[in-house]
Amino acid sequence: MYEHDVVVVGAGGAGLRAAIAAQEAGADVAMVSKLHPVRSHTGAAEGGINAALRDADSWEDHAYDTMKGSDYLGDAPAVEALCQESPEEVIRLEHWGMPFSREDDGRVSQRPFGGLSFPRTTYAGAETGHQMLHTMYEQVVKRGITVYDEWHVMDLAVTDEDDPAERTCHGVVAYDIQSGEISGFQANDGVILATGGMGQVFDHTTNAVANTGDGVAMAYRAGVPMEDMEFIQFHPTTLPSTGVLISEGVRGEGGILYNSEGERFMFEHGYANNAGELASRDVVSRAELTEVNEGRGIEDEYVHLDMRHLGEERILDRLENILHLAEDFEGADGLTEPMPVKPGQHYAMGGIETNEFGETVIDGLYAAGECACASVHGANRLGGNALPELIVFGKRAGRHAAGEEMGEAEIETGRSGDWQPADYEFGVEVGETGGSGPAAADGGAVATDADSVLGAAVDRAQERVEELLSRKGRNHAEIRSAVQETMTANVNVFREEGRLEETLEDLREAREAYKDVAVSDPSRTFNTDLIHTIETRNILDIAEALTMGALAREEFRGAHWRKEHQERKDEDWLKHTLISWNDGEPELWYKPVVLEGENKTYEPKSRSY
Amino acid sequence: MSTQIPKQTEESTETETEPASKGDERRAEKRRRAAERREQRQEEEAEKAAADESTVELKVFRYDPQVEGKQEPRFDTFHVPFTKGMTVLDALMYARDTYDSSLTFRHSCRQAVCGSDAMFVNGGQKLACKTQISDLEEPVRVEPLPHAEVTKDLVVDMEHFYDQMEAVEPYFQTNEYPDGELEEQRQDRENREKIKMSTRCIWCGACMSSCNIAAGDNEYLGPAAINKAYRFAMDEREGEEMKQKRLEIIEQEHGVWRCQTQFSCTEVCPKDIPLTEHIQELKREAVKNNLKFW
Repeated sequence: MYEHDVVVVGAGGAGLRAAIAAQEAGADVAMVSKLHPVRSHTGAAEGGINAALRDADSWEDHAYDTMKGSDYLGDAPAVEALCQESPEEVIRLEHWGMPFSREDDGRVSQRPFGGLSFPRTTYAGAETGHQMLHTMYEQVVKRGITVYDEWHVMDLAVTDEDDPAERTCHGVVAYDIQSGEISGFQANDGVILATGGMGQVFDHTTNAVANTGDGVAMAYRAGVPMEDMEFIQFHPTTLPSTGVLISEGVRGEGGILYNSEGERFMFEHGYANNAGELASRDVVSRAELTEVNEGRGIEDEYVHLDMRHLGEERILDRLENILHLAEDFEGADGLTEPMPVKPGQHYAMGGIETNEFGETVIDGLYAAGECACASVHGANRLGGNALPELIVFGKRAGRHAAGEEMGEAEIETGRSGDWQPADYEFGVEVGETGGSGPAAADGGAVATDADSVLGAAVDRAQERVEELLSRKGRNHAEIRSAVQETMTANVNVFREEGRLEETLEDLREAREAYKDVAVSDPSRTFNTDLIHTIETRNILDIAEALTMGALAREEFRGAHWRKEHQERKDEDWLKHTLISWNDGEPELWYKPVVLEGENKTYEPKSRSY
Repeated sequence: MSTQIPKQTEESTETETEPASKGDERRAEKRRRAAERREQRQEEEAEKAAADESTVELKVFRYDPQVEGKQEPRFDTFHVPFTKGMTVLDALMYARDTYDSSLTFRHSCRQAVCGSDAMFVNGGQKLACKTQISDLEEPVRVEPLPHAEVTKDLVVDMEHFYDQMEAVEPYFQTNEYPDGELEEQRQDRENREKIKMSTRCIWCGACMSSCNIAAGDNEYLGPAAINKAYRFAMDEREGEEMKQKRLEIIEQEHGVWRCQTQFSCTEVCPKDIPLTEHIQELKREAVKNNLKFW
């Protein structure tokens, strides 16, 4: 058993920032991560960090752009916190030595990005995430913060009250990948989940293989609602064969999208008459797929992204990394030919329901970064808003967990405010999976002290691992790829009822199959078969919630487009989707969006670029 | 190998919540599409079989201290169907997911930025995800990084590498910040350009593994750590005083003077960092620093 004041799960951008903030607030902090921190997927982020740094810009404009981009599903208190605090956080990174690209006067450079009314995206070439991740890890090393790397967190240790709002999180249970040891990590002041994205729910994704949504699924099974899971961002420019990301920075610097006829379709076919290639990501992704579906795609699959006219000097200065990626992973030379691109899963707007301080409905449990949903991004995230989310909300969660006084939250979590149950009948039985059972303490007698709660959680994890290693059964890999296949085929950029229902059915079958899953590698040393098997359970839970939310939301908003409902319906749908795990049943409910900001209310307007 | 999960019988799963006609229609549509998918899969399988002569042969190092039969290191052979653009990582993943789920290697991002999958491929340190099978001679030999302790199969213990990195105080240090929390430090474009390549290190360990000196001297800081020192020593934002401190760190007995300019590190670096050059530049700075009385 290990014991700390604050335990941070995950060591990417949000986790590192949370750990530093908690430590600065006086807490004894430890990070627990299945990857060494520098292997985190924050390192793959390319484009930049939005921050209103210049006199001609303002946080208010940034907030307006973000709300419009969110299609009015962002919660204003979270959005405004992001935009107010991003500038100081970006400068803090610079003070920590981050090598930003520079202007002639030595100041941090900024470039235009999609959906922004001002060029406010700060960047470090086309490798902004790599530089940010390493800069923050350096600070963790400097401060001597404890890191348990290559420990896979399996479950939360939470008390077992009926109402999630009464529960307390006392720590986590983790599996040491190197040695096979299972141990509890007691957190006296709080656990912060910073586990990143969940792109492995899909086949064609920019996300790393490690992005399996562990934190989201763990919190869900402990009673925290998942929020707005149906809103998945498909990035318009990913390499067709691998899903590797080609930064929005290419279009920010002036890159152009062409169809097979050589038309600049964003303008010529009227998808975005003002912003063109720099409309928001949902708009551009739909435009590309429409071109392909109408027979104007190349090889019936992708479109061209051309940056040749920018010139070698500018490309090498600001987009060099893109040349390497296109060359290494698609065999295309960005200097002499257009690059093939198509939409690919990139980011999850939804996640663990939190307020603007990262608090969840469970006492002592926080979430920050992509795994969390405050909600900053609503129905669609703007490019350049993910990295500031990591540092702003990482910091906020870290401080709050360490006991810093931060005032009253305006966003309510759980079923405390004005919530309503969903009135939707799913034609398929949802929720059932064999496996680790409920995550609350022991499913029986209510334990309240940290020791017994953690003890029970460790025992459960031990049993689970024993069971998986000792029995004969199916390999997880075929189940995982079946899920990825159906999600990519049916829960994509364009969604229709029948196909969503079909996916729910496929997922039910996959869950059924998962009941017989087994690990054939008997080793306790670096058993990746076991790790992937545990992750697959998380992928299943998330895929199902995502599909349920998408089926029930009968409107078109942001990244969520429905064939049968091609308009935004503010009358009925200015509300967040929530899914709670209740005794093995996913329950769907809704809560209103918060459009009231500090000094103004964001009135939903029609969204064009 | 199909990814299909055996279908349940229709009856057991259908709950009638709508008029039969609509339901029937949808079921028919579902059946049609399921058949389509099956057909497509069969086609793919057939294609695979037809392309049998285009399989690639991998010889992969295997070792597990805990599992009987793997305690003696050995090589296993895998035949993997070749597809256009296939990387060593793709081939390993196929082998693992299709033939032997205990085959173990680190990997995450698939795009040469996380630094997890540095390995010894046909006798050279490479990132598996960035290495095209089509560029390699067969059989493709895949081994763990040399000069590191093997944990299991292709996984090595990286602790020593991390320790050397931490030994050079790998974090930005300065005595002076601009006034105001919204004021950045200024940095010339030229200076950023100078440190740019050094900041691209992804801690993969390829250079350290390729270095003969590091192999024979466990205390040698090694190319990655010295490059990290370079990254800060050359950053004008740290200031002169800090630069002195940086030079003192790398001048130590097992620092830059151990390097014999064999260029192995530079040759294998997947991020094209001119490591040897950086080390030599630091040697020059150190000499200049010690001859100040001239």
